[in-house]
Amino acid sequence: MRVPLSWLREYVDMSLPPDELAHRLTMAGVEVGDVIEIGSWDGCVVGQVLSVRPHLQADRLSLCQVATGVDQLEVVCGAPNVAPGQKICFARVGAVLYNTHTGRHEELKAARIRGVVSEGMICSELELGLGEGHEGIVVLPEDAPLGVPLDDYMGDTILELELTPNRLDCLSILGTAHEVAALTGKAVAHPEVAYPEGGPAVGDGVSISIADPDLCRRYTATVIRGISIGPSPAWMQERLTRAGVRPINNVVDVTNYVMLEFNQPLHAFDYQRVKERTVIVRRARPGESLTTLDGVERRLTSNILVIADANDPIGLGGVIGGANSEIGPDTTDVLLESATFDGPNNRETAQSLRLRTEATLRFEKGLRPELAPIALRRATQLIQQLAGGIVDQGIVDVFPGQEDSIKPVLLSAGKLKRVLGMDLEIGEAQRVLESLGFDCQLTGESSLLATVPYWRNDISIEEDLVEEVVRIVGYDSVPTTMLSTPIPYHQARPMTRLVAQVKDLLASAGMQEVINYPVISLEDLQRVVRDDEVTLPLRLSNPMNAEQAYLRPTLRASLLSTLAVNQGHGEGPFRLFEVGRVFNPRNGELPEERETAAGVLAGRRAETSWLTADGLLDFYDAKGVVDSVLGRLGVSATYEPAEDPSFAPGRCARVLADGTTLGVLGELHPGVISAFDLNAPQVSLWELDIDALSGAVHDTTREFQSLSRYPVATRDLALLAPSDVPEARIEQIMSQSRIVTSVELFDVYTGENVPEGSKSLAFHVNFQSRDQTLTAELVNRALDGILRNLERQVGASLRS
Amino acid sequence: MPESITQSIETLVHNALAELGEAHDSQTLDQWRVAYLGRRGRLTTILRGLSQLDLEERRAAGALGNKAKRSLEEHLDRRESEIRQVQLDRSAELDRLDVTLPGRPLSMGRLHPTTQVIREITSAFTAMGFSIVEGPEVEWDKYNFEMLNIPQGHPARDMWNTVWVDYQNESGERPMLLRTHTSPMQARVMEATKPPVRVIVPGKCYRYEATDATHEWHFYQVEGLAVDEGITFADLKGTLYEFARRLFGEERRVRFRCDYFPFVEPGVDMSIDCFACDGEGTSGCRICRDSGWIEIMGAGMVHPRVLAGVGYDTEKYTGFAFGLGPERIAMLKYGIDDIRLFYSNDLRFLRQF
Repeated sequence: MRVPLSWLREYVDMSLPPDELAHRLTMAGVEVGDVIEIGSWDGCVVGQVLSVRPHLQADRLSLCQVATGVDQLEVVCGAPNVAPGQKICFARVGAVLYNTHTGRHEELKAARIRGVVSEGMICSELELGLGEGHEGIVVLPEDAPLGVPLDDYMGDTILELELTPNRLDCLSILGTAHEVAALTGKAVAHPEVAYPEGGPAVGDGVSISIADPDLCRRYTATVIRGISIGPSPAWMQERLTRAGVRPINNVVDVTNYVMLEFNQPLHAFDYQRVKERTVIVRRARPGESLTTLDGVERRLTSNILVIADANDPIGLGGVIGGANSEIGPDTTDVLLESATFDGPNNRETAQSLRLRTEATLRFEKGLRPELAPIALRRATQLIQQLAGGIVDQGIVDVFPGQEDSIKPVLLSAGKLKRVLGMDLEIGEAQRVLESLGFDCQLTGESSLLATVPYWRNDISIEEDLVEEVVRIVGYDSVPTTMLSTPIPYHQARPMTRLVAQVKDLLASAGMQEVINYPVISLEDLQRVVRDDEVTLPLRLSNPMNAEQAYLRPTLRASLLSTLAVNQGHGEGPFRLFEVGRVFNPRNGELPEERETAAGVLAGRRAETSWLTADGLLDFYDAKGVVDSVLGRLGVSATYEPAEDPSFAPGRCARVLADGTTLGVLGELHPGVISAFDLNAPQVSLWELDIDALSGAVHDTTREFQSLSRYPVATRDLALLAPSDVPEARIEQIMSQSRIVTSVELFDVYTGENVPEGSKSLAFHVNFQSRDQTLTAELVNRALDGILRNLERQVGASLRS
Repeated sequence: MPESITQSIETLVHNALAELGEAHDSQTLDQWRVAYLGRRGRLTTILRGLSQLDLEERRAAGALGNKAKRSLEEHLDRRESEIRQVQLDRSAELDRLDVTLPGRPLSMGRLHPTTQVIREITSAFTAMGFSIVEGPEVEWDKYNFEMLNIPQGHPARDMWNTVWVDYQNESGERPMLLRTHTSPMQARVMEATKPPVRVIVPGKCYRYEATDATHEWHFYQVEGLAVDEGITFADLKGTLYEFARRLFGEERRVRFRCDYFPFVEPGVDMSIDCFACDGEGTSGCRICRDSGWIEIMGAGMVHPRVLAGVGYDTEKYTGFAFGLGPERIAMLKYGIDDIRLFYSNDLRFLRQF
């Protein structure tokens, strides 16, 4: 909403500097986004053209004598519309103006134009920054005071309001004036409305009915006959222009002007084109259509409210008029409408037709029906003043929804105290509310009943009044206290804690956290999961783009895309992880959102260094991360070979704890690497379901183990085992011995000196007892037992 | 005791010590030891010659000889350790390092800046007795809008451009969406809990909005809610003031202005005075754009219709709610000029935090 201060001052005496006013409005909830100055025309005054004679050296130029109030100067002018007697905007030499040739603001210099010195300039709109017009000079009204600085005569400031949806009232100049009045301690003067009604009774000339009162609570109208269409006067055009509305003709301009003044959108029909002088406000009928004022033919549905004559729609109620009843140059009689349409329906219509107009902007927010006749009379008055004609007697007022008007609201000092935590006299509240236009009646020593003014639609409960009071007295006056109520008992949500813990552990394991959008394309998803593994993921109706249309059921695709982007900037090492939600659709319910962690490792194992050997991150780096994190959480995980088409064959493991699958770990299949344009020869990826993990963590309660006082005995064991025996199985067999405390694999070897189909494994085996120093004999006996079990269970033997 | 024996022992000691001072390696030392203290060494030889002396003289000369022997042995030990020290020093000298060479690289992981800032924000509030709760990112219209006093067709819905999920219920409605704010958890928490309530809700939110340097369609919010008997706007001010001091420093001032969110009444917007120009609003301040103030969060007293909607007694309970964007806080704190950097996950960005 653009509020020209020159217009605002018509209703409220306002002398604050514009920036201070903007600040006060903003603090009170009417945000001023911008303060636009029109003017700063130093060196420009209201001048008068005394005479015009042709320039001898140029056909298109003329030489003008201009009076400036203090002197007379000769000026060269190229405008075709210059004429003696005109009041004009005169720029002296030295004025800073927009130079139409260079496109910059420049100081005006005395110039010799085709042999004649021009001692100033008669300005067009463009040079003054008032508009685009450059063909002709700006001609001021005859009563413009000669010699007055142009800034004083026509300078202005426009407040650009950025309104929240509740402050419908400030979509009008008068509504803003009430706000300003309350903030500055001034009063608002409403325009006086009175006009002669010389015509027949309005009811004789038009029949109006509301067929669907749920969508139209009030419909008021007047008829003005014998008007002449023409341009509206300069002052009105100027105000409309500054408020951002294009002038059209006197009747249409009045409807827009009153809308900006009072907030009520109005519509003028060509009375002669309303068939049978009948107006019916009704829902559109099946198959009906209407060509609207913007020239578009619109098919109507039964949800759309139309204004119809005896036969057809002639307008979309509260949205836009119809071309078939449009005011034109030949219009002589006008049917003027001022009605109250239903907000939600109006909004729905505007959305379904993709047609948001100045009218729908207001109606959708729910205008008060009290406003309709007030604005109607104001517009009727102005039309008669500007376009002439005779007004029919009275107004049509069809008002089926009378009982729905906003009821007075009670406010007590107790409520003010309860909500704000401050003591405020009810008299102070009354003063504030009355300054905003509320009508207050004290109902006791400490309460009042406030009648909500017709321009406000946002006040219905006591708390609304509390806000009205505090936003005007200012929030600084409210004390600052700390919560004094007891802290509610709460146990941290286990999942929140676990997620934080997992993130910390992953970071300390050298992984960098990333956060991705939770949406992916179906193509990317199909690259990383088996078709039979997931049901179709949830799709968005209006995704930001086609690549982000599905809610991800896995983190894999997002992470691989992030890796691909980063591989463009370097060789790694890349150790990335994400902890986020995945979404599994459920029938008729919100999707299941599972907290999931995933990581990718690719590229060099270490930053380039003069110390470290080369090498690429691989499966075992990824496994090291997963196993360390799980271990630190107290989860003893096992890893089973698994097959998954995303991973290279034989390079994928299922991660389990207590028989429950926690996730998967592996090196990606070359096909996946190439599908995501990854450039590492190998990329490892893991994914863990944190919801599943929380079950495993919950089971492991930590219990202190006393430290053994007896020494550790270590034996090295080199074993020969069949190739297909998993190492974990061998460790498991060794660990079964009661006095084995740990087993450390330090070498795996196949090749020379190892028979085909076998592998050599070397271990440190640590023995310790809790209650005695182990003798060599005890250790050897245990070792013999282990070797026997290895031989029997997996066919492994000591390497000779 | 013959003068000559005393004399020869003293001379011998004198010569021996002089020689010892010239020894600079263990091999020379060894030769010296053999020459003087060995079985056929000079001192041994002298002492062996004492047997021809009478008892009295033998005793005196023996004592002298033994004293000389001890002294030579002590000097030998001392010299040995001196030489060892010199050798160690010399070999250490050869092992000098270029201490300016880079250390062995370790792989250090980091948390995403959003995670870090969310932790900073939530810990400020948990210190004031707020508990962390989380809610679903995919929501029903009911929780995202209706229970927050934003019914169907309400013009305030324009404040939240919504990403909808392609889902239709039996009545043909499409009520599933990506939550546009963390505020639905206000309704969910109160529905599930009796007062008192004091929670903080971090989480992802989504808006159907074009992205630019200051707008992301995917972002985080931290929501707060406190409901009990006797909670007032003054408490809201105190809580948020304390938060502002914790995050932005003790000297920070806060300012509240009227703002509109349908689920609070009164509704406000809190600003802090600019920490870059100390609230001076000096010309050219990039952070506050010369205003001296920075908008930090929206807040207000929980709307009675929201309380009533979850079955709370509005005559008994009041509360406040607030919401803020961690990315904005991070941008302010670190001077990040483009919000799109957060979720493009460029390591060159992430590694700065």
